[in-house]
Amino acid sequence: MSAEPIERGRVAADADAIAEDRRRLEETWKFASGLWGWLSEVSHTRIGKRYVVTALGFFALGGIEALLMRIQLARPENHFLNADLYNEIFTTHGTTMMFLFAVPMMLGLGVYLVPLMIGTRNLSFPRLNALSYWVYLFGGLFLYAGFFLNTGPDAGWFAYVPLAGPEYSPGKRVDIWAQMITFTEISALAVAVNLITTIFKKRAPGMSLNRIPLFVWAMLVTSFMVVFAMPAVMLSSLMLALDRLVDTQFFNPAQGGDALLWQHLFWFFGHPEVYIIFIPATGIVSTILAPFTRREVFGYLALVLSLVATGFIGFGLWVHHMFATGLPQLGQSFFTAASIMIAIPSGVQIFCWIATLWTGRILYRTPLLYVLGFIFTFVIGGLTGVMLAAVPLDLQVHDTFFVVAHFHYVLIGGAVFPLLGGLFYWFPKMTGRLLSEKMGKVSFWLVFLGFNLTFFPQHILGLQGMPRRVYTYLPETGWGDMNLLSTMGGLVLTLGVLTYVGNMLWSLMAGPAAGDDPWASDTLEWATSSPPPPYNFQYLPTVDSRYPMWTRREDQPIVTGLRTDRREVLVTDLLDAEPDHRDVLPGPTIWPLVLALGIAATFIISIFTPAGLLIGAVPCLVALIAWFWPRGDTDLKVLKERA
Amino acid sequence: MPAMSAMSAILIPDWVGRHSAIASAGPQAGRIEGLWWLMFWVSTAVFVAVMVALGGAMARRPRILGDSEPPHALTPEERGRMNRLVGGAVAVTVVILFVLLVASVGTGRAIASLSAPHAPIVKVTGHQWWWQVEYVDAVPGRSLTTANEIHIPVGRPVLFRLQATDVIHSFWVPNLHGKRDMIPGHDNEIWIQADRPGVYRGQCAEFCGFQHAHMGLLVIAEPPAQYEAWYKSQLQPAATPVTARQERGRQLVQSLPCALCHNVQGSQASGKTGPDLTHLASRRTIAAGTLPNTRGNLAGWILDPQTVKPGNHMPANTMASDDLQALLDYLEILK
Repeated sequence: MSAEPIERGRVAADADAIAEDRRRLEETWKFASGLWGWLSEVSHTRIGKRYVVTALGFFALGGIEALLMRIQLARPENHFLNADLYNEIFTTHGTTMMFLFAVPMMLGLGVYLVPLMIGTRNLSFPRLNALSYWVYLFGGLFLYAGFFLNTGPDAGWFAYVPLAGPEYSPGKRVDIWAQMITFTEISALAVAVNLITTIFKKRAPGMSLNRIPLFVWAMLVTSFMVVFAMPAVMLSSLMLALDRLVDTQFFNPAQGGDALLWQHLFWFFGHPEVYIIFIPATGIVSTILAPFTRREVFGYLALVLSLVATGFIGFGLWVHHMFATGLPQLGQSFFTAASIMIAIPSGVQIFCWIATLWTGRILYRTPLLYVLGFIFTFVIGGLTGVMLAAVPLDLQVHDTFFVVAHFHYVLIGGAVFPLLGGLFYWFPKMTGRLLSEKMGKVSFWLVFLGFNLTFFPQHILGLQGMPRRVYTYLPETGWGDMNLLSTMGGLVLTLGVLTYVGNMLWSLMAGPAAGDDPWASDTLEWATSSPPPPYNFQYLPTVDSRYPMWTRREDQPIVTGLRTDRREVLVTDLLDAEPDHRDVLPGPTIWPLVLALGIAATFIISIFTPAGLLIGAVPCLVALIAWFWPRGDTDLKVLKERA
Repeated sequence: MPAMSAMSAILIPDWVGRHSAIASAGPQAGRIEGLWWLMFWVSTAVFVAVMVALGGAMARRPRILGDSEPPHALTPEERGRMNRLVGGAVAVTVVILFVLLVASVGTGRAIASLSAPHAPIVKVTGHQWWWQVEYVDAVPGRSLTTANEIHIPVGRPVLFRLQATDVIHSFWVPNLHGKRDMIPGHDNEIWIQADRPGVYRGQCAEFCGFQHAHMGLLVIAEPPAQYEAWYKSQLQPAATPVTARQERGRQLVQSLPCALCHNVQGSQASGKTGPDLTHLASRRTIAAGTLPNTRGNLAGWILDPQTVKPGNHMPANTMASDDLQALLDYLEILK
């Protein structure tokens, strides 16, 4: 394939030609309209927004569940929730926050932002992207359909066997959990593949590896972690489903199965999962820091290497979730060392961010406040993480509220704070409207104080011996006061989140127009209108620094020569992003939705009968045939033209 | 913090027991407590240092930019200084982490080194939602079975053999040692020693279903003589009824569903799926550390265990008031 038709140079054409180009781009790339169009949409901005909105919806559900649990625990021997409902709620809370909120939210943000940040028109596989979203949505709806029909899973988000096995969890509750996991894993794997290929091959000319924005690096590392971690949990959830549905005995010790095998498989996924959530958050932090300190982020290379190192080490410490199972001493020391070692790349990142703040001119806007709040809480969470890596200490506080406090410090402080800052930062790009800075600051302080009030006392509760996952506790234990404090913090935190959401709703109705680049930012998503047109950029940009918006010259070259009568994008090479060839992307199609429905039918029916696999295969096959049916138009036409 | 735990120890009634990871009563919990305070103070120092650096960045007045330099770039001097500062901070971090690693591994070795020949062996089996306790002795006549309450001699290592037959549980008495899981198919061992007499509470630490919240146990550390006396009394078969009502109570235990699940040594009740009742009256709690062992609580528990501990495996029992009183009279002599 030749790069011949692509010229890099300033557009010399007159205003009429530019307008004509834009008209044809709009014609070719326009969003599908109507209900049918909505269902067949493949645009990454549309699907990315759906991810964000859906994930926020699940965040709200998970948050309500958290609040119910806090109310139950506010007093000893409280009767607000019974044991059964509490167990269902804490399982659904964990499952929702991990599988239906945090991961899809981060990946969805990547779906929305990556093509914009690297200067292309869509993800590499637009139909696969639509499929990912639908599969995720159906998985989430399936879990909540079960929950509201009183068949919500109740064996914990970690579903340890034998408790989650057929003997001790009869009924369909855990089946729903296991299948929901498979839904979300399929979705996450498909997104990861899509992001990796897009980041590798669709970058704007000049965006060599050492100029990739840090958020995009973070999404790349995360995607690779998804590719290696998710198969472990898909395998284990499949084995669990088989144990439960067709009487295999993978996890039944009485039949030669092994209860610990589940834990190894689950945590081989489960620990990297934490970094799958955390690494994109570090990307958000780095992204926010540049515009709000008006400086380059200090230590680009160190930050990228830290991300990559975290990605590797993250796979070497799953056993620290299993110290209490009684593993040999030597093995424990290895995993202690690995768990402590991962604090080094985290430390490097914290120091680089503080150095950035140190050298820069800080603008105290809401997104930056969230970054400062992030540093405060994440350092605490990281330090308690080092404590948990020490086997002897872990043996005491493992499975107590100390651990609950720790991982909420790293997941809320380490991921949700940056996320709230990031959503505030990108909201104008997504909607074209500005949020209220005043309400933003109020929400930050409520969230920050409420969060610490909720979770700091839980450290003390854990040391005082309060185990996790208990629906109540005896009054004589003396845990009541700290629990009450924690519950009150939860209410303040809720108020903060409500203020944040209220700010969004207000802005959607009455927010001032944002303009293309309200924060005077450095990355390419701000080079186009807010919200971006369906084709993202009229002319694909070129890049000659890490901060393309800050170094953009008057005569900055742009990419020309791409056809506008079909969905053509530029493919560049992996290392230096030199233009390589052109690629044609597919337009709107209903078949990803049909395939997702087929997959959903397969999983749901197979809970009730193994024949579900056969029944579900029919719509899947039909959808796949239609999806891959040769269109015969574009490629043949190109060949004919060449001939 | 120590003052606080001392205060709460006074307030906690004896049937609940002390329950804290930072009020150690044995060598292992003591070692771990030492590691905790080391980590606590190091972490506090690190946190303060990072916050001072952050505060410094926020308080600092920014450099005035020259006209010619690109607005976002650092000057070579700034870059050099930051390189040194960040590099130094990373180096200090690595050193601190290494020290903590050594301290952790050292503590791990120390707490694993406890053992003694001829130590008492206590086999604890986790059940949904109670603890079966068996003292294993080479002489069969000196083995005994009880539930939810473990007596150990002060100052001697005791070997705990931990197992489970239904789901995973975790054995944890924080004042004495960290936790150890009880996993079906994987038997575990843990050595424990109490240096101070006292009542220490334990609680299941691995989510095990419905009543995970009410799965407590007591470890009672006593001077050796007292322990031996307790052991001897537990070896005895159940007390024989003296009054007619007590005899009627025994008949009820044997004829009602009780005998299907519970064992009373020396009677015809020999069920094995529920806690052994031979010396029920000697224990401080019922329902696995959930209620103090009083006549009233026992009556409520027998009639309607599902209200006290919903979902547990003991069914409700209906009986005439006279029968209940007779049953209680009998159970109360099972010292």
